[in-house]
Amino acid sequence: MSAHSFDYLDRLEAEAIHILREVAGQFERPALLFSGGKDSIVLTRLAEKAFRPGRFPFPLVHVDTGHNFPEVLAYRDQLAAELGEKLIVRSVEDTIKRQRLREPGGKFPSRNPLQTYTLLEVIEEFEFDACIGGARRDEEKARAKERIFSVRDEFGQWDPKRQRPELWNVYNGRIQKGENVRVFPISNWTELDVWRYIQRENISLPDIYFGHERTCVVLPSGQLLGLSEHLQLDEEDEIVTRQVRFRTVGDSTCTAAVESDASTVEDIIQDLLLAKVSERGATRLDDNISEAGMEDRKRNGYF
Amino acid sequence: MDLLRFITCGSVDDGKSTLIGRLLYDSDSVSLDVLAALENRPTVQGTVDLALLTDGLRAEREQGITIDVAYKYFTTPRRKFIITDAPGHVQYTRNMVTGASNADLAIVLVDARQGVVEQTRRHTLVAALLGIRNFVLAVNKLDLVGFDQNIFEQIAADYAALTDHFQLPAATAIPLSALHGDNVVKRSNRLSWYTGPSLLEHLESVPAAVEAANAAPRFQVQYVIRPQTADLPDYRGYAGQIQSGHYRRGDRVKVLPSGLESTIEAIEVNQQEVETATAPQAVVLRLTDDVDISRGDAIIPVEHVPTLTRELEATVCWMSEQPLWPGRKLLLQHHSAVVKAAIPAILHKVNVQTFARAAADSAQLNDIVRVRIKTAVPLAVDNYHENRVTGAFILVDEQSGDTVAAGLIGAANADYFTAPVAPPVAFSI
Repeated sequence: MSAHSFDYLDRLEAEAIHILREVAGQFERPALLFSGGKDSIVLTRLAEKAFRPGRFPFPLVHVDTGHNFPEVLAYRDQLAAELGEKLIVRSVEDTIKRQRLREPGGKFPSRNPLQTYTLLEVIEEFEFDACIGGARRDEEKARAKERIFSVRDEFGQWDPKRQRPELWNVYNGRIQKGENVRVFPISNWTELDVWRYIQRENISLPDIYFGHERTCVVLPSGQLLGLSEHLQLDEEDEIVTRQVRFRTVGDSTCTAAVESDASTVEDIIQDLLLAKVSERGATRLDDNISEAGMEDRKRNGYF
Repeated sequence: MDLLRFITCGSVDDGKSTLIGRLLYDSDSVSLDVLAALENRPTVQGTVDLALLTDGLRAEREQGITIDVAYKYFTTPRRKFIITDAPGHVQYTRNMVTGASNADLAIVLVDARQGVVEQTRRHTLVAALLGIRNFVLAVNKLDLVGFDQNIFEQIAADYAALTDHFQLPAATAIPLSALHGDNVVKRSNRLSWYTGPSLLEHLESVPAAVEAANAAPRFQVQYVIRPQTADLPDYRGYAGQIQSGHYRRGDRVKVLPSGLESTIEAIEVNQQEVETATAPQAVVLRLTDDVDISRGDAIIPVEHVPTLTRELEATVCWMSEQPLWPGRKLLLQHHSAVVKAAIPAILHKVNVQTFARAAADSAQLNDIVRVRIKTAVPLAVDNYHENRVTGAFILVDEQSGDTVAAGLIGAANADYFTAPVAPPVAFSI
């Protein structure tokens, strides 16, 4: 028999399905962290491939910061309904009240760091022992160091110096009570791989990924931030209307848009092939606080 | 497009991180914002420190060394690459084993001023032990020896003697300077005496891992799919990955360890029935009989059934600060099968510079030892040199949950590299 030749996307897909099934096999109460962004949408497609015709062996869990794009929330609810899977939503707003946290101030009050509190609360509430996330190693240099099965202590903390060796494709999810494992099935995918997979699988996405007209404020860095009621603008702020799309869907208060006419996935792939700036560099306002910004947040339980 | 996974290894300060940085930089794989962040950092030479592209942890930047394995990605028009950047420090050898377990090719870096040193041998032998058969000898820092052809050829000859001695396939030797980019992506005028490919040209053209089409078919159940809905009251599918070889609808199969037999009624990929499936595809198998099968069981065509055993001999790389002593009880994880295991005897320790055997009554962190293992339940296993997937396992400390060892199953008396080189077996990707 002739040897099969698998495309690299076939291999990445097979690896991710294998990882999802290991989660189902090894854990009592896993969850899939679902933001409505492209990476977690791809995870739901992979979960269909891993578990259909059965149900997903985990609920979808969304940590709603209250600063989300409305289009993304609508998409989230529609997708959960179409999949017929359970969706759990917990809000940062409630956590702020319950834990008397300080609301972020400033002109662009990002609630991104506060998500960690809500995430740890929801893990405790449902006693989740594994949380599947759509993080990729190409996103950021601290993420490039993280294992596919990443053990967190009872405070959700990541200790990069105490990571378990991860050998072959044998994943060790054994934990003590109170600990949990963050699992990243698409660790080895790049932004471009995700888009090529979306194209190949014909996966629908929230509209904000495609070029559209939006009123934005121009940041000192030149980045464009979509106008929303959460921003505290001054009179000097320059407001413009531009044809934009989003490369990543985080909080509306910390996720910048990029100028683009791309109206199809193919256009976006062409955009990306020419892009000279990384996904996070182009769009995130909160990673550049310090050189170890992501590492420090992950140490504290950030997903 | 196909995929090549490779590991870089070598001593501390041989320039591994710089080499990877250079590969990424010269192949246009570094974004401007990432580069700008690097350019803001002062360096001794006043140039961008490309090593910082991979040393992503605070402690690594503070100490200027690589502590943990990092994974980097880049694509050329010809191929997609996953780089495993493994640390060179002796105390992090377990991370080198971690990296080698997932690689098809190893780039062994040597400092042209130092030549083949202890770590070169150590890393080559560890990579070879882990099943890598494709080696590149990257003789780095040639700029510091005046691009001297004789020095390069002497080092290449020394290394050839090493691979010959251990019956490893010959390495491709490439002279280069990672710091200045000579011969990494582009061929260099300063190395005009060298007529071979640049490192990247070689990586683009070397054969990538192919599926072990001829390897014996192997499949382990990861998860049992039982919808129990009105539409599918009796559906029972065994989800898992084809670990090696081919599976066909209609294959007569044996379930291990129970030994029950049945026939493959259907192979499903994404809910579509297919006639055949090949490693590394993720599939669901349905059988004609309602037999009792659970996670960890192997489903294998009757004519290819492997050894079913409760007694193994294995080479183990010990990865824990707590030593291994004879009699210790642990968990053995053989893919989706997890069983209790005891190690009644440590047969000998392996010197990873010479592969000579020495008596040992315990194994310390980073030791490679030969052990006998007894398991509570029989396992369906293969020898590692015949199958990199089903010949591999990990040992787990039951109390802490930590992975304490990497294990390679081997028949008694099998010499390390004298066995015929098995076709590369695809692991998960």
